[in-house]
Amino acid sequence: MSTGLELQDVTIQFGGLKAVSDLGFHVAPGELVGLIGPNGAGKTTVFNLITGVYTPTAGRIHFEGKPVPGRKPHEITRMGIARTFQNIRLFSSLSVFDNVRAAMMMHLKHGILHSLTRGPAFQEEEQSMEARALELLDIFGLADARDQDAKSLNYGDQRRLEIVRALATQPKLLLLDEPAAGMNPAEKDDLMKLIRFIKDRYQLAVLLVEHDMKVVMGICERIAVIEYGVKIAEGTPKEIQCHPKVIEAYLGVSAE
Amino acid sequence: MEQFLQQLLNGLFQGSIYALIALGYTMVYGVLRFINFAHGDVFMLGAFTALGLHKAFGPALASMPWPVSLILILLASMAICGALGIIIELLAYRPLRNRPRLNVLITAIGVSLFIEYTAQLFFGATQRPFPELIPRTPVASTGGLTISVAQVIVLATTITLLIGLRIVVMKTRMGLAMRALSLNPTASTLMGVNNSVVISFTFGLGSALAAAGGILYASLYPSIEPFMGIQPGLKAFVAAVLGGIGNIPGAALGGLIIGITETLVKGYGQHFGIPSGYSEAVAFVILILILVFKPSGILGKTEREKV
Amino acid sequence: MKRYAPQIALIAVLAVSLGISMMSSQLDAYYLDIALNVGINIILAVSLNLVNGHTGQFSLGHAAFMAVGAYGASIFTLEAADQLIPMLGGPSTFATGVAFLIALLIGGLCAAFCGWLVGMPSLRLRGDYLAIVTLGFNEIVRVILQNTSGDGPFGGPLGLKGIPAHTSFFWVFAIAALCVYGVASMVNSTYGRGFLAVRDDEIAAGSMGINTTRYKVTAFVTGSFFAGLAGGLYAHLRTTISPEGFNFLKSFDIVVIVILGGMGSTAGVVLAAIVLTVLNEFLRDFEQYRMIVFSLLLIVMMIVRPQGLLPSLPFLKRKKA
Repeated sequence: MSTGLELQDVTIQFGGLKAVSDLGFHVAPGELVGLIGPNGAGKTTVFNLITGVYTPTAGRIHFEGKPVPGRKPHEITRMGIARTFQNIRLFSSLSVFDNVRAAMMMHLKHGILHSLTRGPAFQEEEQSMEARALELLDIFGLADARDQDAKSLNYGDQRRLEIVRALATQPKLLLLDEPAAGMNPAEKDDLMKLIRFIKDRYQLAVLLVEHDMKVVMGICERIAVIEYGVKIAEGTPKEIQCHPKVIEAYLGVSAE
Repeated sequence: MEQFLQQLLNGLFQGSIYALIALGYTMVYGVLRFINFAHGDVFMLGAFTALGLHKAFGPALASMPWPVSLILILLASMAICGALGIIIELLAYRPLRNRPRLNVLITAIGVSLFIEYTAQLFFGATQRPFPELIPRTPVASTGGLTISVAQVIVLATTITLLIGLRIVVMKTRMGLAMRALSLNPTASTLMGVNNSVVISFTFGLGSALAAAGGILYASLYPSIEPFMGIQPGLKAFVAAVLGGIGNIPGAALGGLIIGITETLVKGYGQHFGIPSGYSEAVAFVILILILVFKPSGILGKTEREKV
Repeated sequence: MKRYAPQIALIAVLAVSLGISMMSSQLDAYYLDIALNVGINIILAVSLNLVNGHTGQFSLGHAAFMAVGAYGASIFTLEAADQLIPMLGGPSTFATGVAFLIALLIGGLCAAFCGWLVGMPSLRLRGDYLAIVTLGFNEIVRVILQNTSGDGPFGGPLGLKGIPAHTSFFWVFAIAALCVYGVASMVNSTYGRGFLAVRDDEIAAGSMGINTTRYKVTAFVTGSFFAGLAGGLYAHLRTTISPEGFNFLKSFDIVVIVILGGMGSTAGVVLAAIVLTVLNEFLRDFEQYRMIVFSLLLIVMMIVRPQGLLPSLPFLKRKKA
């Protein structure tokens, strides 16, 4: 039994459509795994299954040996799984800083009563929160924008803030949904470095869904390919690049 | 037993009016995904329009047989209120397309209050007698059951309008456009549906049905006032939710269930220790129960938010 | 010292209200009455704002919780206070004060309990359903109260009479200050960012480890509690209450204050409560136009300026630490 994330025979059905069927793969602690596939292959659905937005029709999902399905999204986040959203879901009316602060809430020792009495322990914790939030924002070059509204950020910064916010929950596994979408090549290079950096610094396992092959091939240690909800290949970037089924799925022609 | 049947029939008449109003809620919710709070007030305006028309054309109408004058008044009031519904949508709701739903909800509350208090300014706050458009004489009283002409007409009109609506929605191009819009507004535009026209049409149709409901209601309970739409409006909304909001047969079914339950509580509640006055709250208790056990309603489908 | 500014401000307001209260006999009764109305409306609007503004839910039944609080507190005062006062050492300012505080708390807790009962099932639903459920609850409360026996503790359709006039300037503004302080410090703490996160995007909030249901229920129960306190104050100010006084038009009045003040802005809502209460008082002769103007204002505002009529003022806002 491996410790990281383990999916076995996971299936979800919407009406008559099997969006994901009999999917199995795992992400070991500290590993960086890519999940790729053509549009509509079910990648985001896999994220929604892991994070409790959907419940699988069949199959098992375990994280650190504990079953995931049946728990609410916030409970799964507490187990140590955090995610970003493909279609950016920041808290748009909150400031950049408060977006991060909101994500730290589950690690608070103080509760609602302390926020009323505002005692020394509360003040101290608020300050250490602030320091940690700033540290994370700084890594992603967002510290100067801390008081801006999240919605006023440009597209790339919004994507970066999504990652910072997910990191603020102190995850062991980070799920990134198309983090490079809409970024220019230079930004993408920066992003790749940042993902490697945070992975090492915070000892994260990362599961990455991404369209940009350069990004995926550049940083992933292992890649799983799905098409129509079914896994068609898994292996190192090199193995995937010359896998006939993968080439067929992407180019729509047989590789022979 | 006769008494029970009588109660059941009364509930049926009451429920058929709720059903008419519920249709408007459900249609508007189907295409725009918001609760048109002002719908119950269009119901009230329907009754007042009929009263006004009856006063203005009294002598001419009096010379006709009552079914003819009833149909004329009904159709004219439906047309006027339908137009009013279209205007309300145009002025208050259209500028808010694609705004947060809460803003639209607040506007709808504003529109509702505006109609009520403006009507109060013009018509006064006191109850007014409603003309006898339909003879209130009993038509049948066999085996202890009494049914009035008005009740028969109410049921017949409701059934006619329901069938008519079903035909409009299922058999016409406009109905097809309405269904397309409710499934996916973006895709329907891409397929050449003019969403604005469809939305106007939906409001017009819903408001016309509400006006008909108002006239029929006033024929059963012939005294009207500017706030008369609030209670039936809320109950009809509950009916729409009970049947599955967005679902037309569901709204009709929900209306009947609410009407019958309410009458039964009024008639028999005291045998079970429930004062008859509690019938006013029955609809809301039902609402809370549905939302707890089956939020999608009896015939509705569950909607998933796209993540 | 600066970090304790909120507490210092709170204590200052409490002291000033006590001072004004002690010389209230010298104040013009008419203006004092308006001031007390202002205070009660501040409590109602700020507590509703926690639900509708900060947490992004939409309750249309605040008057129902006010009713529960009003009846709860009044029934305690009418039925039990006489037995309690001898235990507190006989009639004295202190004894009646304690008895009144207990009455208010009982009213508040009854309202909070009802808030929990209504909130648990319905807060899972989207905002517009909650609006209807709370409106429905408002009607249920009214119908139940109206159908009670006229000789019983609830007084039937005519309601309760002869409630002692315990409500003073101090009680109203002390509770209003506690309400503003409580809501503002709750919302502005890191814990409280959760309310705003739930409002902005519930799914994202869940994915950030925020227990969205718990936040919504907390907001709703807290809001109901303060509405209950406001109801108790109202009952002991007017000395008579009836079920009709807490119908949904009363709920609409509170909603209007919150919307015009700016949903989610505590300062704006306090200001709106003051301005609209005073305005209502002076426009009493134009009662029939008042609601027309307010409803038009709501419609126009949602189109032109949905963030509220009053500008967000710098005080009480998030500090850029």
